[in-house]
Amino acid sequence: MGQKGMGELRARWETFDHGADIGIRGFGHSMEEAFENAALALFSIMVEDLSKVKPEKETKIYCSSFDLVGLFVAWINELLAQADIKEMVFCKFTALIEGVHLHGTAAGQGWRDCMVERGIEIKGATFTEARVGQKNGLWIAQCVVDV
Amino acid sequence: MKRLKKKGDCLYEIPQSGPMHVPAYIFADDELLHQMDDKVYEQLSNVASLPGIVKAAMAMPDAHWGYGFPIGGVAAFDPEQGGIISVGGVGYDISCGVRNLRLGIEKREILPYLDVLLEGLFREIPAGVGSTGRLKLSQKELDEVLRKGAVWAVEKGYGHSQDLAFIEEYGRLEGADPSKVSSKAKERQLKQVGTLGSGNHYLEIQYVQEVFDPEAAKSFGLKEDDVLISIHCGSRALGHQIGTDYIQILGRAAQKYKIPIRERELVCAPISSPEGQDYYKAMACGVNCALANRQVLTHLVRKVVRSIIPASECSLIYDVSHNTCKREIHIVNGKPKELFVHRKGATRAFGPGHKELPAIYTHVGQPIFIGGTMGTCSYILAGTKSGEELAWCSACHGAGRTMSRRAALKKWKGKSVINSLRSKGIIVKAASLRGAAEEAPEAYKDVMRVVEVTHRAGLARKVALVRPMAVIKG
Repeated sequence: MGQKGMGELRARWETFDHGADIGIRGFGHSMEEAFENAALALFSIMVEDLSKVKPEKETKIYCSSFDLVGLFVAWINELLAQADIKEMVFCKFTALIEGVHLHGTAAGQGWRDCMVERGIEIKGATFTEARVGQKNGLWIAQCVVDV
Repeated sequence: MKRLKKKGDCLYEIPQSGPMHVPAYIFADDELLHQMDDKVYEQLSNVASLPGIVKAAMAMPDAHWGYGFPIGGVAAFDPEQGGIISVGGVGYDISCGVRNLRLGIEKREILPYLDVLLEGLFREIPAGVGSTGRLKLSQKELDEVLRKGAVWAVEKGYGHSQDLAFIEEYGRLEGADPSKVSSKAKERQLKQVGTLGSGNHYLEIQYVQEVFDPEAAKSFGLKEDDVLISIHCGSRALGHQIGTDYIQILGRAAQKYKIPIRERELVCAPISSPEGQDYYKAMACGVNCALANRQVLTHLVRKVVRSIIPASECSLIYDVSHNTCKREIHIVNGKPKELFVHRKGATRAFGPGHKELPAIYTHVGQPIFIGGTMGTCSYILAGTKSGEELAWCSACHGAGRTMSRRAALKKWKGKSVINSLRSKGIIVKAASLRGAAEEAPEAYKDVMRVVEVTHRAGLARKVALVRPMAVIKG
């Protein structure tokens, strides 16, 4: 489970089992917050301790899709693409969703600038177990990512 | 799975029913079948329902739940019968594969140098998340990589022209068109040519422990105790971005052509449609990127090995790909026919006499490399004549996981996995301790059983068993 202390949120994010790869799941009071927290789950796989990464540089993120599940998968894939292109690891996110369009930000450090123990590379998000919805009043956004 | 019918010692059938155009075949014994999750049956049945599929949807003995297709899935489609091309049938890491190099020395000769050699390789070969390659390409140069594959690498001095004969498609898949690859995919790849990656990708120094087929082993230049270097990696970020981009494009195409899609990653388009053609041309770029990547890595390996053991040869035995769709001629109803063969987590396995094999392998069949785990063993197989009839010349590709990454991470620490392997004489350098824990040998199925079933089923035949001595994990 991810960081605690979010009011009635027991946890902001978690990972879940998949046969060959791994699932990421974000929780939130809003869909945007669930998307943002799922991004924390994603990058927590890529470094051992994401709290050691500083949000020094920010980059803008935009994506769109056919529906909300597609938008979530596109959000995760866009974060991975920007992390690759900018050679960064991200630790702080904002997402603003309008229909099936997302305008957001991702902030973090260049790999060379942060001295953190590295985790594993995530190749991309998949539609396996991909869901966006509400349960018990909380938003949940999740999918399996390809390792 | 009540519908399963046993058809042979290592063959089960899901009979054609409902929307399925053909039956589905699973190559497995009772034990491997028992280990397969129900999703394999569901996904195979979905594949069997796609337009233009020929003969059957097939699962290799290492099959498990994948994305659209099962991993270990094989299916051929006829473009003249409305056959489709699917992103899920290729997968995200396009042309992920294995190449093996023969060092021309024996185990006893390398042992004094093993530590220093592994250190040197770990320094020279970029591995793990966030790593970038030593090559910094321009967009124009990357387009050349995508058009020419390993041929580009050899032209640039990364390897020898004779290497090309020992790579599928002679190092370059025809039909690649970089204009069908997004600028984002290219931008992600500019600094990633010549990188190993992470996850289950590896570089291993191995030795031949046992030879089962002396004639084939001799053709592959191998005998007991000979040392190999095995490289497992793929098309890196470019391949994944192509998959991501074309999920959207083929999703729209499937709607346009009214193809029922039962799982989102099974999106597809008719091979003859503009969208299907575009995906093939982009996927071919992904294949070429992977072939160039493994060729550049080979150059780096040779540089290190020769600096430490100048007498070694580092000859390429062969390079196989696991995640591809290829135009191949196969016999259908007694006549040669061009089919688009999807292999997702399966290896092409041409049998003896196939005209696309290099001359020195024609009489024994194509070399096939089956990666096991860093603590057990891997295999070298050879293609068979019967493989053509059974599964469009296809074989398994690895062991397949039996434990999830999360479960492995809870059970083991990276350092303890590395120390345990060291006590067994296997040295490991890992870019990530988390990665080492997740790749613990016990988290994988028994590769020996997978290979035995592949051999018994006639998909390929055993040539040699190789053991790891030293491993780099990304």
